[in-house]
Amino acid sequence: MFVRGLKRKCFDGEEDIEGTLAGIKAIPSYNLQRQSLLDMSLVKLQLCHMLVEPNLCRSVLIANTVRQIQEEMTQDGTWQMINTQSTGQASLDRLVSTDILCRSSREQAEGKHVPGYSTFNKDFEGDPAQDSSETMSTASSVQAPRNLQSNVWEMENPQENKGNFQKSLDQIFETLENKSPNSVEDLFSEVDNSYYDLDTMLTGMMSNTKMGHCDGLETFSSPTTATSNSNCKSDLNELDHIVEILVES
Amino acid sequence: QVPVLRPMDLMVEATPRRVFANAHTYHINSISVNSDYETYMSADDLRINLWNFEITNQSFNIVDIKPANMEELTEVITAAEFHPHHCNTFVYSSSKGTIRLCDMRTSALCDRHAKFFEEPEDPSNRSFFSEIISSISDVKFSHSGRYIMTRDYLTVKVWDLNMENRPIETYQVHDYLRSKLCSLYENDCIFDKFECVWNGSDSVIMTGSYNNFFRMFDRNTKRDVTLEASRENSKPRAILKPRKVCVGGKRRKDEISVDSLDFSKKILHTAWHPSENIIAVAATNNLYIFQDKVN
Repeated sequence: MFVRGLKRKCFDGEEDIEGTLAGIKAIPSYNLQRQSLLDMSLVKLQLCHMLVEPNLCRSVLIANTVRQIQEEMTQDGTWQMINTQSTGQASLDRLVSTDILCRSSREQAEGKHVPGYSTFNKDFEGDPAQDSSETMSTASSVQAPRNLQSNVWEMENPQENKGNFQKSLDQIFETLENKSPNSVEDLFSEVDNSYYDLDTMLTGMMSNTKMGHCDGLETFSSPTTATSNSNCKSDLNELDHIVEILVES
Repeated sequence: QVPVLRPMDLMVEATPRRVFANAHTYHINSISVNSDYETYMSADDLRINLWNFEITNQSFNIVDIKPANMEELTEVITAAEFHPHHCNTFVYSSSKGTIRLCDMRTSALCDRHAKFFEEPEDPSNRSFFSEIISSISDVKFSHSGRYIMTRDYLTVKVWDLNMENRPIETYQVHDYLRSKLCSLYENDCIFDKFECVWNGSDSVIMTGSYNNFFRMFDRNTKRDVTLEASRENSKPRAILKPRKVCVGGKRRKDEISVDSLDFSKKILHTAWHPSENIIAVAATNNLYIFQDKVN
């Protein structure tokens, strides 16, 4: 499911007065929400052209949403800071518009089925860190944002170990965000969960795409159970491991 | 052995009489028969083609919004329809919430619109989902030809052909979903394409929603009603009971809370008889026909 607090508070700024303890305790910052929306949108775009018959209207709308977020992040200065660290990669805008949009539409024009997975493998070929974890490669299906984030981690605190991982993330998000979160610890839990959630969501979305079912909003408003937390742990360990590799390299 | 005649139930099988092929690269979203009954148009995401019924291997391209560089694509065609009386006039809607009215007499390729309908954005309602929910899923001329109706994710709008800068009427279909847009984006429901229809006299408009609900709006009395197309909740020939979605606070008996809505039960397609009060509603794999209570 989606990030715990996120499903309660939407980007249009409207307060969700369902006000359970979970809702009050962990309201992610606007920047975090925005980042999660960006991640989710990128995942959707990738899924778009995994389909045999990609939906151009949907792809265009999602791509426009990504651009909007990007533009706002650029104006914020948030994007600028991450961008200056990028290792000569094309900006996300180019990536979205060329690779993703073109691929889906070109594919339609040619009437061919684009083997999405083989394309992704090509992108990740030279990168052992990402190959080593399915979680990372599926959740971070577009290379740019993940690499940019890993560069940020590098910049902030090169000597990382598992214990300090969360602390450095804290420093990074504090510099990025304008508003202060209610609880810094809750911020971490939201961030950590989001990687796992993106993955489940990815699986969830694949089945949704096939079956055409919607889970219903009930599913979204139910608080995360203990089961999913324990599933989180293994993924978190994997994630920590990868960050270690990225940071030390 | 002599062949035996065996009586069976009537079987209906559809066979194509004509196939008009190879004119569309992208998904076709609309077809519309012209008032001349000789031509019709078909629209896909980027192009609209004009056909003659008698000619299956040739069509004329009348709208093409494909950019030279696909990287620059930010808008697609979502629906198109001919004017009910003027065979040279048609409209098409876009994923950015705009409607263009074109006159085929001005040029062979209708690249420039005769009219451009767009409502200015409400800054207080702005969100990352604003564009997606403004995308028009259906556009329909009124029977009179004086108005067009558009459906976007949360509303139905009626436009006067003579006023391009805003609709003359806006009806909220399910505004309680506005605070759930993030979840609806996640589960893809935000991309659902609902249709809308006029009744024969253009006084009532109808459109579908979730949970097998459909909505009707009376343009004159400004009253609206929510009804449900479901076998479990009403018997044949029984009068439909109006439904209500409860948006918060205490839920009254018979009301349904937003979180209980079934988003897999969506009514995307509805139709209204051109002169009688008989409607057809498609709910999942069932077709319902409703009519005014008689006698």
